[in-house]
Amino acid sequence: MRLTTTGVAHNFEKSIVGVIAKEALPPDQRTRAIRFVGPNDAASDADLMGYRAILCHDELHRDPGMPYIHRLRESDHLRDGDIVVLEGRTGLVRSLYRPYELHHHLFVTERCNSNCLMCSQPPKDRDDVEALTERNLELIDLIAPHPPYLTITGGEPTLLGDNLFRLITQLKFSMPETELHMLTNGRTFAWPKYARRFADLDHPKISLGIPLYSDFAGAHDYVVQARGAFDQTVAGLHQAARNGIRVEVRVVLHKLTIPRLTKLVEYIYRNLTFVEHIALMGLEYTGYTPRNIAELWIDPYDYQDELEGAVEYLAVRNMTVSIYNHQLCVLRPSLWRFARKSISDWKTLYLPECETCSALPACGGLFQWAVKKHSDHIHAISSPQPCVVDQKCWST
Amino acid sequence: MARAFYPLEQFAGAPAGFHLLPFRFIRMNGKELLVNEAGEFLFAPPGTVQGLVDERLDTSTDLYRDLKAKHFVYDDSSSPLLDILATKVRTKFDHICGGTKLHIFVVTLRCEHSCDYCQVSRQTATRGEFDMSTSTADRAVAMMMDSPAREVTLEIQGGEPLLAFDVIQYIIPRAKRLAKEKGKNLDIVVCSNLACVTDDILMYFRDEGVKVSTSLDGPAFLHNKNRPRPGHNSYEKAIEGIERCRAILGMESVAALMTTTATSLDYATEIVDEYVRRDFHSIFLRPISPYGFAIKTRHRTGYEMGRFLEFYKKGLAHILDINRSGYRIAEVYTQILLTKMLTPHGTRYVDMQSPAGEAWNVLVYNYDGDVYASDESRMLAEMNDWTFRLGNVHRDTRRTLFTGDSALRMFHASCNQALAGCSDCAFQSYCAADPIYHHSTQGDMYGNRPTSGFCSRNMEVIKHLFSIIEENDRETMRIFWSWITGECVIEEVVECA
Ligand code: SF4
Ligand code: SF4
Repeated sequence: MRLTTTGVAHNFEKSIVGVIAKEALPPDQRTRAIRFVGPNDAASDADLMGYRAILCHDELHRDPGMPYIHRLRESDHLRDGDIVVLEGRTGLVRSLYRPYELHHHLFVTERCNSNCLMCSQPPKDRDDVEALTERNLELIDLIAPHPPYLTITGGEPTLLGDNLFRLITQLKFSMPETELHMLTNGRTFAWPKYARRFADLDHPKISLGIPLYSDFAGAHDYVVQARGAFDQTVAGLHQAARNGIRVEVRVVLHKLTIPRLTKLVEYIYRNLTFVEHIALMGLEYTGYTPRNIAELWIDPYDYQDELEGAVEYLAVRNMTVSIYNHQLCVLRPSLWRFARKSISDWKTLYLPECETCSALPACGGLFQWAVKKHSDHIHAISSPQPCVVDQKCWST
Repeated sequence: MARAFYPLEQFAGAPAGFHLLPFRFIRMNGKELLVNEAGEFLFAPPGTVQGLVDERLDTSTDLYRDLKAKHFVYDDSSSPLLDILATKVRTKFDHICGGTKLHIFVVTLRCEHSCDYCQVSRQTATRGEFDMSTSTADRAVAMMMDSPAREVTLEIQGGEPLLAFDVIQYIIPRAKRLAKEKGKNLDIVVCSNLACVTDDILMYFRDEGVKVSTSLDGPAFLHNKNRPRPGHNSYEKAIEGIERCRAILGMESVAALMTTTATSLDYATEIVDEYVRRDFHSIFLRPISPYGFAIKTRHRTGYEMGRFLEFYKKGLAHILDINRSGYRIAEVYTQILLTKMLTPHGTRYVDMQSPAGEAWNVLVYNYDGDVYASDESRMLAEMNDWTFRLGNVHRDTRRTLFTGDSALRMFHASCNQALAGCSDCAFQSYCAADPIYHHSTQGDMYGNRPTSGFCSRNMEVIKHLFSIIEENDRETMRIFWSWITGECVIEEVVECA
């Protein structure tokens, strides 16, 4: 599903965050809202007073004397209650938060100190920290109702420095019951002081998702394109654990990580026994991946032996393991019970094969970008083996 | 602006040299088995160790990467992670921290059985003479609760402790009260042959949350041969007792232990089948202890360790077959060793620890107030060998027990890391020191490994398990792991015959 649209902006330079209101609200409820006027709506002048801003699909003929964007290229995706940010300079309208989705994210920076070959969100070197932090603080204030889970992602969130602590403190204050999961490369946590400071936030429901790609340092460093990253990440995992911070390890499966996968899970069991969850994840054909596809691609069908071996290795040891971003028709049935519907709703795609597939309700489907590259073995399953696919919402 | 990517060589080049970390090795099955300080192992091709020692090993190979990932070597790029190895070693030894957990109370020496291998029982004694007095019980409970351990187990045994049920009833409420005062979790186990158990006794156990551990040596002919009593009905009594216990206490609250005698050695499968028939989910193929009367009567119960190993292997194979057919039953000794070999943790099983678990993790309070380092120590004392008597509840405190001559002498010989033979043995981190065994069989706590039955048993059992692990049969490994993770395994092994 669409995330952005553009129009022509007037009366403001910076960005404005607000909640979409498709119908006129009582005047006292308008201050947090952005009034959206659809293609066929008629809105009187009085209807437009007191909002943060106005969004209008068509041309707005009279200047309402307040920030507005009109002549939108698209607006079908906007729903009542969506939280959007309007950019004054560019007329960009970006959806930040949609209450009806299962997976919610707080995107905190595009900067990163690694540069993974298969990064789905390639880092940028410009300094977006202050601007994004202000935007996110406003967003946190607007989110309602509070979601059960929220993923803090980037970029590398720890590069936010103090701002990350501001954000988490704010989250702890405004939605204490929301389970937070922060995706980080964990390198910063190698500093004992940092880990301690993070633990001192004392957020009862925060955990880290930290990627590890090999038990062999050189291979991990190559994948993340940063020397010494393995040592820092492993040290970071230990510092986190020592300070009582809950951690998950994430492994993206591709041609560079499959050969030592069994050894990697053994390393995790022996050295990182404390991790509370291990996610084995399929490659996403987006971001950097298309550029490096020759080096990364292996059909998931061709690594079922390794995957099954790794999952079994962990499962018999009572380690909690899940498989993300995999289609049931490509996974061995023995692995189905570990598969999670992990793809964010707006990114999900099903192929024509899926229409006749009996596993469809349980299957996570494909990433939308998999149109261009997916397993050659996608096929409708006629009678699914009995399996339980856990519906718990783990996002990617 | 997209950033540039750099080639593999920039990150994963082969280092010019490497350094060794502590490890030990053994040649077996045409390979070299290397074991590091944290008990992690690697089967490597012959010549690997020589290559390591000569610093000739090719650092661009997968083998080198395996060795590095498993902390056998480090190079300049991996030194920051040595800390992780320290953490792993600490985790392995976690069980020696925290103070004595298992406290065995010998409430009476009286027994109505006259088992061949029993070192201590008195059938003819008059009531009272060989029972624990209330003042001794008071002191022993106080000493037990002086242990810093937060989880403590009170194991009541004899003789036949049910012959002194009044003493049991005296001890349990006192132990509970003191445990509560000191914020400890208390488990209570009574070891009984169940020959004279009554519903009243069992109802008391049920109300007090007491578990029962009993003896089952195998099928009737074997059990009755091992355990003579008037009426020749020890087996029938035991089975009847087990069923009554289960009915009143619940299935989970009754465990059985077997004693292996020379006669038992021919009946490995029959013994296992008896346990399955009786619906037990764990069995402990234990060798008979070499102490006390058992040594004296060697002509009847003594046997070569070689025969025991055959018995163990046959029993284990049969147990695995039973598991494959869908009935879960664990062999406890295997489970203990596998936990040491395959997991990052140690075990709480006191007989297989280094530093030795005796005294540190188990104390035995005899009926007369004498405190021993283990049940075997007490049996030696019955033969006038007081080497491992640490003191007496009426004269000593926890501090004087642990700093007395007896304890210190024993502690010196308690670490296999520092024993000749063990110090360079590949199996050191899975094995133990057992100064008491070596004292009683060889007259020397340090012991001589080449002639030690303890050593040959463990060496052979560990090798056997490694051979099975190396085969890596999926189903067998699943069974092993179900034992380790405790799907059907008793948590703490309670030692009593
Ligand atoms: S055919 Fe489609 S719905 Fe069915 S298992 Fe494959 S990807 Fe999933
Ligand atoms: S007793 Fe034997 S097997 Fe055990 S560590 Fe010592 S030498 Fe090795």
